Amino acid sequence: MPPTSSSKEIRFKGIPASPGIAIGPAFIFRKHVPSVYVRSLSEEEFENEIERLQKARERSQYELRKIVQFADQRLGPDQAKIFEAQLLLLEDQYLFNTIIERIRKEKKNAEHLVRDEIDKYHRIMIASKDQYTRERADDLQDVCNRILRNLEEQKLSSKLEGSFVIISHHLAAADILLFSRNDILGYVTELGGATSHMALLARALKLPLVVGVHQISTVAQTGDTIIVDGTEGVVILNPEEETRAQYERARIELKKFEAKLAELRNQPAETLDGHRVQLSANIELLEEIEFVKQQGADGIGLYRTEILLIGREVFPSEDEQYEHYVKIAEEMYPQQVIIRTFDIGGDKFMMHSVKEKNPFLGWRGIRVMLDKPQIFLDQLRAILRASVHKNLAIMFPMITSIKEVRLSKQLLEQAKDDLRRKGIPFDDGIQVGVMIEVPAAAVIADHIAKEVNFLSIGTNDLIQYLLAVDRGNEIVSDLFQEFHPAVVRFLRRIIERGKNESVWVGMCGQMAGDPLATILLVGLGLDEFSVVPTVLPEIKKIIRSIHYTEAQHVAEKVLQMTSEDEIKTYLRTLMKHKFPDIPVH
Amino acid sequence: MIQREVTIRNKAGLHTRPAAAIVKLAAKYKADFFIEKDNMEINGKSIIGVMTLAAEQGSKLLLKFDGVDEEEACKAMVDLFERGFDEPM
Repeated sequence: MPPTSSSKEIRFKGIPASPGIAIGPAFIFRKHVPSVYVRSLSEEEFENEIERLQKARERSQYELRKIVQFADQRLGPDQAKIFEAQLLLLEDQYLFNTIIERIRKEKKNAEHLVRDEIDKYHRIMIASKDQYTRERADDLQDVCNRILRNLEEQKLSSKLEGSFVIISHHLAAADILLFSRNDILGYVTELGGATSHMALLARALKLPLVVGVHQISTVAQTGDTIIVDGTEGVVILNPEEETRAQYERARIELKKFEAKLAELRNQPAETLDGHRVQLSANIELLEEIEFVKQQGADGIGLYRTEILLIGREVFPSEDEQYEHYVKIAEEMYPQQVIIRTFDIGGDKFMMHSVKEKNPFLGWRGIRVMLDKPQIFLDQLRAILRASVHKNLAIMFPMITSIKEVRLSKQLLEQAKDDLRRKGIPFDDGIQVGVMIEVPAAAVIADHIAKEVNFLSIGTNDLIQYLLAVDRGNEIVSDLFQEFHPAVVRFLRRIIERGKNESVWVGMCGQMAGDPLATILLVGLGLDEFSVVPTVLPEIKKIIRSIHYTEAQHVAEKVLQMTSEDEIKTYLRTLMKHKFPDIPVH
Repeated sequence: MIQREVTIRNKAGLHTRPAAAIVKLAAKYKADFFIEKDNMEINGKSIIGVMTLAAEQGSKLLLKFDGVDEEEACKAMVDLFERGFDEPM
């Protein structure tokens, strides 16, 4: 049984989808999914039923046009396009004629036949292999519900008196927009990912959103006080006075801080004494590019291609991959985009046929790709073809030996030869890099650096392998220490070895986006930070407010320290003193 | 009745905009218009039907026209497909 709402403070953890903090009363939005009954009609009722359907259709068209108009004013024509497909569906004369014919022939009510007729298409669309078509199935469902609601002559209940945090099991992009006519503070949902249309809209509207919050809509009640922290993905129901005051302060600070950060957008990530670093973003979806640009990134330091594999039985073709890669290359141009080749296995995209006792020490990353050269070659050719603007780079994950680096490069050469033979243009000088995420690779970083153009440190796996801690294992997860002296020494070693061979060294793991680590990493000489887009301005602010010489001094000091506690206490004190408005953990 | 096989030529495939263009063009003619793909046949005058086709670049479709102006309808529709719906190919 889920706990029911009382005055007790309850904390929920969800997925942060749009940053910011909101505090206020909750409004539980139970999305009306009309229940459809079947009723037989008498002869006299036909015409009335058909007229009812026409009215519901017109009313639905009117609502949608309003939404499109509103989206256009508020967010511009691109966002308004999201709703275009729904409007077209309402204009489908054939669909409505079929429903009307069926009303006459089958003598059943409009609700039942609307649902039955649209369901036929919906079933085909959700079963489609094509992701675009599957997404349109949601549009179809939304249109169906809209007509059904209008058949029941229920008005859309999007008018609210007062300011609320909207809580719902699920929200569509249209819901977010409609609610935004009111004074909305933020959104919390049980379903949804951080990259859906809904999340993009929430970010565009600059409202905090936390998704994937288990059972929140059954536990919370309308009127309950709720805190939404869209930066951390935390939701607190019925906060105690102290918690509330703490978040209230954080919220005000954040507002002031955001105003200052916005000014940073076009400023370089450079220290006060002129040491410039590259500050890039990690992304998965093309839809994130706009946000990455808004945040003032220098480029994409990690584009995770595994997203192309989700929900699929077979690997995407070279052409299909090319479409994605060329889009991201063109949209980011002239900035650089580092594409990581498929990093599957471990906890990501397990191939169904393979069962391993210990997947993190098993068949994953480059090991899979080298065993499946045809798949690897498809991907390499797709990346190369998209590289004509000379702003792409390739990165190999899970490298543990020179042999793997050389084999991967050989395959890259083979892919280039294939394209040359066909006369297809590509960037022959495309930069090649390796992720340093296995201790063995860190130890031989000097050898690896001789073979490539850059190294990028993947801290999540590196720390896990170095400290022998599975961070998904709750019993030992507190032993997963980013600031363990061994980790710091390792980082120093990788960066130095890279620099000795004149390659640049970056970091695309979580540590790169941890404000507590920024000064230390700058001081260790890291050339590139690739971070989740939400934290980018904060990291830039820190970099722009310190001297490189001072950061080097901090790094030297940290390297002398013997425990994580000592290091963290030192860095926390430093941060509190220099950046009281940046929260650190 | 006449039939023609066509190939989707534009990069993005049969997404919302081309689907709307097909339906709009078909509405100008009296002839019935059906599209067949992978043994599924839909009414080409219905956008909901056309959207379910999920036809990507390179897919082959069979267009069927039946009615007094089937020749003209067929010519205009094949031309629309040939032009890749005036989108990047």
